[in-house]
Amino acid sequence: MAKTTKTMNLNFGPQHPAAHGVLRLILELDGEVIERADPHIGLLHRGTEKLIENKTYTQSVPYFDRLDYVAPMNQEHAFALAVETLLKIKVPERASYIRVVFCEIGRILSHILNITTQALDVGALTPSLWGFEEREKLMCFYERVSGSRLHANYFRPGGVHQDFPVGLKEDILDFCKHFPKVIDDLENLLTDNRIFKQRNVDIGVVTPQDAVAHGFSGVMLRGSNIPWDLRRAQPYEVYDRFKFKVPVGKNGDCYDRYLCRIEEMRESTKIIIDALQTMPEGPVMAQDGKVTPPSRAMMKKSMEALIHHFKLFTEGYHVPKGEVYRAVEAPKGEFGVYLIADGSNKPYRCKIKAPGFAHLQAMDYVVKGHMLADVPAVLGSMDIVFGEIDR
Amino acid sequence: MKIRRLLNIIFLSEFVKGLYLAFFYMFKKRATVNYPFEKGTISPRFRGEHALRRYPDGEERCIACKLCEAVCPAQAITIESEPRQDGSRRTTRYDIDMLKCIYCGLCQESCPVDAIVQGPNFEFATETREELYYNKEKLLENGDRWEKEIAHNIKVDKSFR
Repeated sequence: MAKTTKTMNLNFGPQHPAAHGVLRLILELDGEVIERADPHIGLLHRGTEKLIENKTYTQSVPYFDRLDYVAPMNQEHAFALAVETLLKIKVPERASYIRVVFCEIGRILSHILNITTQALDVGALTPSLWGFEEREKLMCFYERVSGSRLHANYFRPGGVHQDFPVGLKEDILDFCKHFPKVIDDLENLLTDNRIFKQRNVDIGVVTPQDAVAHGFSGVMLRGSNIPWDLRRAQPYEVYDRFKFKVPVGKNGDCYDRYLCRIEEMRESTKIIIDALQTMPEGPVMAQDGKVTPPSRAMMKKSMEALIHHFKLFTEGYHVPKGEVYRAVEAPKGEFGVYLIADGSNKPYRCKIKAPGFAHLQAMDYVVKGHMLADVPAVLGSMDIVFGEIDR
Repeated sequence: MKIRRLLNIIFLSEFVKGLYLAFFYMFKKRATVNYPFEKGTISPRFRGEHALRRYPDGEERCIACKLCEAVCPAQAITIESEPRQDGSRRTTRYDIDMLKCIYCGLCQESCPVDAIVQGPNFEFATETREELYYNKEKLLENGDRWEKEIAHNIKVDKSFR
């Protein structure tokens, strides 16, 4: 008599510690082999896009911090760029450099978290302890420049909110000096480690064709040997002035993506040093009185400035009619904002393109045929953050 | 090359290297702080608990212009006002729902008289939700309690504002 077997359905999450947030993954298992993976999203849905339709452009910025809360300023950047394009204003050079510095700090923040939690998912505890020490220092930089460790509200359309406080530049340079040593230490623990390799090499292989077909971006694409980096391919801000390499993987597995992230952190450190050393002096906000609020000193002295201050903080500025898509290379991939302005002080529509969404929808394709224990490794290397997927 | 790889596998060289490294990390200066007794540093720009400030003569700064109410993205601020007996306009009600607040700092940026500020306090957790519905009294009390630190922070950061 032939034996018949039935597949088993297993709920992975939404409160699984290895599920990176509130992912509910329904796995159809044949023994321990995955036949089908069905990610259910929406548990962290806050209606950001709809909320933004009811907020002025100034008020919308803090909502972008809450998308990918691991690297908040990169998200603000995309929105700021979109609004600036519609307004046709130019960001002062110093502001561009500050943006580059903090985007790269965001990239390091995100990659440290990703690498160390991926290591945690496959059983290594120590890297996360070492990595989080560095993240703490980076978040202190965030706090010193913007006043908040996570939800910065720092990149505004027209520039950045405030200039560097005294001593911050030196401290970031100091950090960059010793940070490569920490990456070396992390690599010492992970790169050659046989357990880490057994859990990651040849797991979650994505071929270059499939990576493109699934709409991947960022490290998921570069890990599969496609050298596509928006900072290089469509330079925004002042990225074309810096020399950096775009690391690519060979096999497109979890291990290659890990190596890509390690290399990207090294490149980011170089960009930060370069940007800080060549940073020009000058204003950090566009000097357009109709868009950017006056300084506090001006506001208290001049009646004209006070009127503009009141106007800008109540009604906000009007953005001319038009639509625009601006994307930035966020740590997780291409983060884009598609903005339709109808000439009023609020966006008519703001579509947010989150890289994690495209990665997660390929979950079934990537984990099919793998063992159950590989799911956390694949999830870890995809760099899923639910803030941006559920929006 | 092959022999070397074999030796590495047999003698667990990457584990030994990792353990060796981790051993020296034990003697590094510790990075953690003993929290309630030691605290991390915060910068003058830190955006913590809200406070309503007063002028040095004790007069409250807020003139009920309602700019903070208008700019608040989370609509956490509610203000009501009427003229006082001496004819000056003051708030009769200034409520902040600290549970709605997203700590974006737009209220303190918008305030033309530096009345509402986000002070350096971050330890205001409560046991009930009701305690986080701040009214004017509570906010003024915060202002009195943190005035020294707030004034100092504003002074330090003045040239950047």
